[in-house]
Amino acid sequence: MSAVPNARRMRRLEPAALAGVMTRDIVLFRRYWKATTFSSIVQPVIYLLAFGLGFGSIVKHFGHVKYVEYVATGVVATAVLFSSAFPGMFNTFIRWQFQRTYDALLAAPVDVEELITAEILWISIRAGVYGLAPLIVGIAFGLRPAPGMLLVPFIGFVTGFGFAAFGVVVAAVAKTIDNFNYVTSAVLTPMFLVAGTFFPISTLPSTLRAIAHFNPLYHCVALVRDVSLGTIGTVDLVHTAVLIAFALVMWRLAVWRLGKRLID
Amino acid sequence: MLGPNGAGKSTTMRMLTAQALADEGTIDVLGYELPRESKQARMSMGVVPQLDNLDVELTCRQILVVFARLYRVPRAERQAAVDRALAIANLGPRADTIVRELSGGMRRRLLVARGLIHQPQLVLLDEPTVGLDPQVRQELWSLIDGLRTEGVTVLMSTHYIEEAERLADTVAVMSAGRIIAQGTPAELIGAHAGREVLEVYGPPADLAELESLATRRGWRHRRSGPAVALLGAEELDGEAPDGVRRPANLEDAFVALTGQEIE
Repeated sequence: MSAVPNARRMRRLEPAALAGVMTRDIVLFRRYWKATTFSSIVQPVIYLLAFGLGFGSIVKHFGHVKYVEYVATGVVATAVLFSSAFPGMFNTFIRWQFQRTYDALLAAPVDVEELITAEILWISIRAGVYGLAPLIVGIAFGLRPAPGMLLVPFIGFVTGFGFAAFGVVVAAVAKTIDNFNYVTSAVLTPMFLVAGTFFPISTLPSTLRAIAHFNPLYHCVALVRDVSLGTIGTVDLVHTAVLIAFALVMWRLAVWRLGKRLID
Repeated sequence: MLGPNGAGKSTTMRMLTAQALADEGTIDVLGYELPRESKQARMSMGVVPQLDNLDVELTCRQILVVFARLYRVPRAERQAAVDRALAIANLGPRADTIVRELSGGMRRRLLVARGLIHQPQLVLLDEPTVGLDPQVRQELWSLIDGLRTEGVTVLMSTHYIEEAERLADTVAVMSAGRIIAQGTPAELIGAHAGREVLEVYGPPADLAELESLATRRGWRHRRSGPAVALLGAEELDGEAPDGVRRPANLEDAFVALTGQEIE
């Protein structure tokens, strides 16, 4: 075989390929960031008003924590969930099936693994940043700023990575976009309600409480609350480990499931 | 690659970029073994897909910048590469227009420009002119011809005979997943349709009679719309019926080869 000029060895998960795919995401984001940012600010405001004022008039504290602090820190996980699982599901399905963007990208020197990883990375970076929105809103409602809050984007990133990848898996197995309704109502909604966001899971019956421990969102809520309110303990290592494990497992599942469908 | 719909042209194209994997056999492209070295192969290839998969929300320039990065065009050369691609596709004045606002022909040219951003050695064009109006098709033909003149290898699939006849140095006729004949258009015509074709027009009953006569006498023939075309008419003896003589073309050869009419 003759030598090919400019031959270069290409590896798995090349930064250049990831950056190329993410460049596209960033350019697109510049077009719609206003709408995304608007909803990421307004949502926690609504939760804080509805739960903080409504529920908060009955419940002032959980333990030492003021209810507004409880909700503002809890809703971080909600913001991360919504800004990662939904783009993971919808963007993937639309770009792959309707816009055929993935066909175009895979014809370039980008492998399936690089494409999927870059898409998940971008969503999770965004989710990490948007995870700060509830805290900022919360501060306006009386949450005290704390240095630990600087860790929140990283927690949001790891959690968002897992849920974005989860969304990709859903998109890969869904037959039509309507199938997402099953996931939204049967998986995401209960997940977000039974995560200690608005009330402690300790108030739940023991079976439900046990199930809640398998909910990655619960670990995100707990970790964010501990770093934000300065109540860090050894249990937070468990929360961190669970979130990282969830992210890694979902990532590999996403690459495998969508990869099978992108390559005939 | 010339073949009717379903002949396996697009599948072949997708295999060359490792977007489809072969059940058996080996493929190598530009010296790279697929799918193991497909990323290297794609690096030296430009792909223009059959279906428009441009990002409609982005401008021409933004799309080209993204692909310049994907093809690892060094930062210092990116701007020049984008400008060059815009010039090839004649889209300079539309560089900052959003794709949604471009005409069908401009979008197709942008697809070509996107595939050429890194000056590939090999360009894959999958039915590049399907669904385009004649004028836009002409534009695209001159663009493709320009590439050929520059020495870029172009692998194009089409089911338009005229396109193959005008643009191809070598035509591979495909049918049901196989190449059934290969050569220059002139060779294929000479070998499979002869030099001249005699077209005989008449009422259906006469045509049916002529067809059975042709079969008995071993004349190569085909039904061509309202006429029966006798291939290799220069070799017919004096018994040939009256009709219109014309030079054989690639369509005659194609139909003789595949037994299939093309629209």
